[in-house]
Amino acid sequence: MQRADSLIAAAIVAFSAYCMWHAWSLPIGWVDKKGPGGGAFPFWLSAIMLVAALVVLVKSLMAARKFDRFFDSATFGSVAQVTIATMAAIVLMQYAGAYVAMPLFVIWYVRVFGRHSWLLTLSLTLGAILVMWLFFEVTLQVFLPKGPLEPLFVPLYAIFF
Amino acid sequence: MEIIQHLIDGFGYALLPVNLLLIFAGVTIGIFIGALPGLGSINGVAIVLPLTFLVPPESAIMLLAAIYYGAMYGGAISSILLGIPGASTAVATTFDGRPMAVQGRAGLALLAAAFASFVGGTISIVLFTAFAQPLADIALKFHSQETFALVVLAFTTFVGLGSDDLMKTIIMICMGLVLSTVGFDLISGQPRLVFFDLPGFTGGVSFLILAMGIYGVGELLWTLDQSKASPVLTTARLRWRDIVSGLKELMGTWRTMSMGSILGFFVGMLPAAGATPAALMAYGVAKTSSRNSENFGKGDVRGVVAPETANNAASTGSMMPMLTLGIPGSPTTAILLGGMVMWGLTPGPMLFVEQPAFVWGLISSLYVANVAAVLVNIGLIPMFVWSLKMPFTVLCTVVLFLCIIGGFAANGRMHDVWLIGIFGIIGYLLRKVDYPLAPLVLAIVLGPVMERSFRQSMIASQGDVLTFFERPISAVFMFIAIALFLMPVVRAIRDSRKSPQAAE
Amino acid sequence: MRNWISRRVTIALLMAGGVMSALPAAAEGWEPTKPVELVIMAGQGGGADRLARLIQAIIQKEGLTSMPVVPVNKGGGSGAEALLYLKEKAGDSNVVMATLNSYYTTPLRSDLGVDIKDFTPIARLAEDTFIIWVNAESPIQTLDDYVAAVKEAGGTWIMAGTGTGQEDSLVTAMLEKEFGIDFTYVPMDGGGDVATALVGGQAQSTVNNPSEQMGFFEAGKVRPIAIIASERLASLPDVPTMAELGHPMDYKMQRSFVAPAGMPAEAVAFYTDLFQKVSESEEWQTYAKEEGLLTNFEAGQPLQDYFLVERDKHAAILKELGE
Repeated sequence: MQRADSLIAAAIVAFSAYCMWHAWSLPIGWVDKKGPGGGAFPFWLSAIMLVAALVVLVKSLMAARKFDRFFDSATFGSVAQVTIATMAAIVLMQYAGAYVAMPLFVIWYVRVFGRHSWLLTLSLTLGAILVMWLFFEVTLQVFLPKGPLEPLFVPLYAIFF
Repeated sequence: MEIIQHLIDGFGYALLPVNLLLIFAGVTIGIFIGALPGLGSINGVAIVLPLTFLVPPESAIMLLAAIYYGAMYGGAISSILLGIPGASTAVATTFDGRPMAVQGRAGLALLAAAFASFVGGTISIVLFTAFAQPLADIALKFHSQETFALVVLAFTTFVGLGSDDLMKTIIMICMGLVLSTVGFDLISGQPRLVFFDLPGFTGGVSFLILAMGIYGVGELLWTLDQSKASPVLTTARLRWRDIVSGLKELMGTWRTMSMGSILGFFVGMLPAAGATPAALMAYGVAKTSSRNSENFGKGDVRGVVAPETANNAASTGSMMPMLTLGIPGSPTTAILLGGMVMWGLTPGPMLFVEQPAFVWGLISSLYVANVAAVLVNIGLIPMFVWSLKMPFTVLCTVVLFLCIIGGFAANGRMHDVWLIGIFGIIGYLLRKVDYPLAPLVLAIVLGPVMERSFRQSMIASQGDVLTFFERPISAVFMFIAIALFLMPVVRAIRDSRKSPQAAE
Repeated sequence: MRNWISRRVTIALLMAGGVMSALPAAAEGWEPTKPVELVIMAGQGGGADRLARLIQAIIQKEGLTSMPVVPVNKGGGSGAEALLYLKEKAGDSNVVMATLNSYYTTPLRSDLGVDIKDFTPIARLAEDTFIIWVNAESPIQTLDDYVAAVKEAGGTWIMAGTGTGQEDSLVTAMLEKEFGIDFTYVPMDGGGDVATALVGGQAQSTVNNPSEQMGFFEAGKVRPIAIIASERLASLPDVPTMAELGHPMDYKMQRSFVAPAGMPAEAVAFYTDLFQKVSESEEWQTYAKEEGLLTNFEAGQPLQDYFLVERDKHAAILKELGE
């Protein structure tokens, strides 16, 4: 646990330094007649964040090492699986469209991860498709990315709008 | 009294069967849209706007106002059931609403949210009816100094609330504030913190995306982790008896409710503030003024009541600048304004004089919409509670689906969906090593207003920091803020003196 | 799996064919076959957003398109996000963008790799003017009073406006140069906030568009001093122009629509016709009159020429300001 604490604190130190570097490109001090410059707020707040994260880092390094593992293997497995599946769904949504990504995601989650029956899996998948189309697109007029499937929707547009 | 006559005429119109039907329909649509993370009243109002050309303007605005109202009620539903705030106004509702749902008291939490919203909304409309015009003039006198002082006050009501590690709280507040500066600096007109030069960051990091990532994806990973891969959610049951005893319990919170309503109304009425700080401050005040404040955050019903009265009171308050000044206080009111222009009405100071029938019809419809919303909402509670009975994996699928699709729907940007995934993972890791997440979310909500009002005041006062203490209202806010900030310190010193003599 | 997909494709193509042949109108003129994205170069709730949504409402009310027109806000980076998006959509027939003056200034101020010459001009619906406003309680009645008061304040005169680099700040800088005066410029979130700041006494003057102050003007809370244009406004006939007062200044905000580079000619014709119809609609005419807009419709090559002239004008202003 201590180790994870140190690692995360170190990551925050790095992130703060990165933000300070970014903010540096704008004035970070007082600009005549304009008050604090555009970089002042992010720069000094990042600086405070950096110092606080250093304190946490030092504290965690000095604390006695306890044998407390960050993850046990069963937990890690399920958390990792869901994380990967979610990110994969996002990648797919960007390149293949929501109508490929979401059904596959639902099938994976309900059938493979949740070990539910095919009946429930398929009805939820169908439900997801119908919600995306009828609720989000037709009713709310939020047009989801469709990737290469876009041409298939042209006749549907003609029918529904 | 002229006002009462106007109001009676207004009611005569709002209670026509057609209008009553529109109000009930609007409230129902609003509740469902508000309950979905990523969607808010703006989506609901935008979709029905074209329909409003089919009915007279007086009826059309009632439909739109009813949706606006329903969505305010709906925001609490996803906060309680899923732990994802449906809108920034409902952040504070998750603090106690979510623990209540986990303990199997989702029904009571939802009931409390509905009832509190009703009380807050109603008190606010009464104040609105009586004092709309004089209050609008006071609101105008609110300059950037007051806005800054108010935001500082909203922040300090939260300092010392958590028993978390102080350093980690500071880190989270700073991180939220830094993320809130991403994108474009209004004051200097320059882009800043555009990470990796991705165009998506030029639009900034929105609160909604962070909240959906942390509370949606992150919370889910956390639940998976804590329950060792076989999670069981306590389901809730809701019977008639529970409603009656629940209402009795809620009656006991009348002090919290009246505090929340009045605070909410006054904060909401100010052009730059709005319902989010109002809800946060109400939560903070309820907690600090309570004798057993350690129950807050662990499923205290007052922790749901306070923010919900305040945010509904505030959203009524925020209609005021629109009607009396013609200034949209929020994107949704901006669309309402667009609608009014289409119907041939000019919003602004003259509206009350030139179109009394319209204005008073709208005000009366707010009373009716409030009653309709609480009825529809309570009627739907069994259904919402029932939805918690879904197997955990199915519920997870639904939550992740809504986070991904809803996250895209909010702004139509794939970039945001990516951020939701990444914030989810980061939120989960931070939580794993005990970083408090609420300050992060609060900071990103309040950050932009805080920075802007501070810099505007600095420019206007030629760099004189005392400007915040020279104006009476802002000085009062600042002194209260300082007192609140010092209170935990004083308490800590007192406690450390007492400690040698053991506990009382 | 592959079989299943190809069957779906076949079915969809058959359906598409069926729909096409059932619509003979499609042969006459081009019409959108999918919802049209109306990209807005500003965030939700601002003046540009309100106008774009009003136009969307007019299109829907009058039934001018078979497909819905869907507003999408891409206000990031003062419109940079929208410009990059439009560049990416080259050749697309289902996207149009509502512009304001950041259409010129944003590519000039930051290196986006966007040249507005590449985009397809569709239509200009209106131009908006700028007026110098003071609070009605102030003793200032004329431009001379105003300039004298600002001079006397010695640089502490508070002028509120929209973000730095946007129209209000350019107009303010032009005034500073023209009269040799000095303001303290306080940037705010949008025209509405700016207008309130003047009425509430937070700002001593503003250069709001007429529409933003019209409500307060009718209620007697603010006073117009001069219009920064060469002709008077029909809705405010008593307000003198800068030219009449001996200071020929002219700066306008354009309200136009453009499309991505390489949009097919028939699609361009469709959208031009669409916005022409909008500009002739009764709702638009009433709105423009009430809000004090100059409704000088323009399309095609003349519009492109106008854009390029305006861009050069802005480049010159920005250069003078040392941006």
